[in-house]
Amino acid sequence: MRRNLWIGAVLVGLNAAVAALTLVWLPYGPTEMSGGRLSPPSWAHPAGTDRLGRDYLTQVMIGARIAMTVGIGAALLGGLIGTTLGVLAAFARRGLDDALAATLDILIAFPTLLLAMLVVAASDGASLWTAILAIGLAMSAIIARLVRILTKRVLAQDYITAARCSGLGWGKITIAHILPNILPTVMVAVALQFGLAVIAEASLSYLGLGTPPPNASWGQLLQQAQSTVFRAPMGVIAPGLALISLVLGINFLADGLRDLMDADEEIQP
Amino acid sequence: MSLLQVQDLTVSAGARELVHGVSFDLRPGERLGLVGESGSGKSLTAMAIVGLLAPGLTAGGSVLLDGQQMIGRPDRDLVRLRGAVASVVFQDPRSALDPLMRLGDQLAAPIRRRAVREGRALSSAQLRAEQIRWLDRVAIPEPDRILRAWPHEVSGGQRQRIAIAMALACGPRLLIADEPTTALDVSSQAEVLDLLGGLVRDEGLSLLFISHDLPVVARICDRVVVMRQGRAVEEGPTARVFTDPQDPYSQGLVAAARRLQSALENPA
Repeated sequence: MRRNLWIGAVLVGLNAAVAALTLVWLPYGPTEMSGGRLSPPSWAHPAGTDRLGRDYLTQVMIGARIAMTVGIGAALLGGLIGTTLGVLAAFARRGLDDALAATLDILIAFPTLLLAMLVVAASDGASLWTAILAIGLAMSAIIARLVRILTKRVLAQDYITAARCSGLGWGKITIAHILPNILPTVMVAVALQFGLAVIAEASLSYLGLGTPPPNASWGQLLQQAQSTVFRAPMGVIAPGLALISLVLGINFLADGLRDLMDADEEIQP
Repeated sequence: MSLLQVQDLTVSAGARELVHGVSFDLRPGERLGLVGESGSGKSLTAMAIVGLLAPGLTAGGSVLLDGQQMIGRPDRDLVRLRGAVASVVFQDPRSALDPLMRLGDQLAAPIRRRAVREGRALSSAQLRAEQIRWLDRVAIPEPDRILRAWPHEVSGGQRQRIAIAMALACGPRLLIADEPTTALDVSSQAEVLDLLGGLVRDEGLSLLFISHDLPVVARICDRVVVMRQGRAVEEGPTARVFTDPQDPYSQGLVAAARRLQSALENPA
């Protein structure tokens, strides 16, 4: 029954471990031309080399770090902004709440890629931070909409009215009652968004809107290997598999978390 | 002087008026029942008194709670007035407690707030003694187990008693009970009712008791206000209203309750 959780934890854990490892050790330097051009997999280069003779495994490992950084960064940013906005909208007066809800709906309808281009255009150029900012902002709209509804549901409970009547202010009610009650659901939603953020980052860098070289992300690797896919298929297979393993792992983890919480909820009437 | 003075209270949702000018007052130590069918505006009246109407509802008229005007004041001012003067107990024991907080922590919150308000330091031993005292006052056995338990681990009757303990622990002078026993089974209903009556008497509180159930109101209240479609149709001492109702609607209510009573006592 907890199989999802385990598979997810192992896949995500593996990616996280590789990402952490790149901080202290890499098989080759990221720009080091260590082998022949487009050489096939060998003991020295398990995933072969690219057209400049750089080691693919090294690049895929660095890609794991970038994917994890953007995923976690965007999830934190989106989770924080989204939760804050959602709670505020739920508390706001009717008119302001409607305005916020409409803004969120527009933001959600706005494609993440377009938003990313706007962020890139507004800043000095594409970087890790523009990717995190763009994806985090897009994510915050989805989280905010969910949090608004969840908060309203908690606010309708009698214990909130009773707490208010006994003289508890909104700030304390939010911290003591609302956040703990919405957190489990928000966590599952953020975990699911984490997976989408990794894909969004790959799409952005595929289009050249992500992290600039030489710290290539998976999307960029895929884009670079595209023209040589038949001569050196590992250039597409390696980052592709890495991307699938992380996104699948995150989704399994989120599913597992949700099952865990549903099981908990069954105990509580 | 009255603890609560309601003058021409109206509650409206946009252009639609739901409560049309209700007036009554409540003296310290008095127990007043608000009786009426669902939709008669009795709960709205009660929530308007403490300034806790749902969003989209507005109150008009005048409500003086302990000399303070409650209508038209910003929520920030009301937070300080609530708790010290009035607190509420609701109908549904399932939503009366936060499902993700241990019962002990929930009960501790109003005890702490009262201590802060009265400028008392509260050691953890004192807090624990207070918690146990309140559990004892609402007749809950095994305080050690209950304080560590989660809301889903105790029965509906026990949850409602804890909600009552929490409402009283913040030291109000008026307790508003909105159908507090309706969701309970008949035997816990009688127990909780007697408990509530006893506590209110011991603490010298005023009680505003909202119910559609005449026998329940007769058991606990000195005086009743009968409400129908947002209007107070009759007001008087409980015994008089139940033996000699003046308004046709009250007469109907009393007659219906009597028919039910006799049907239960003399089954055909």
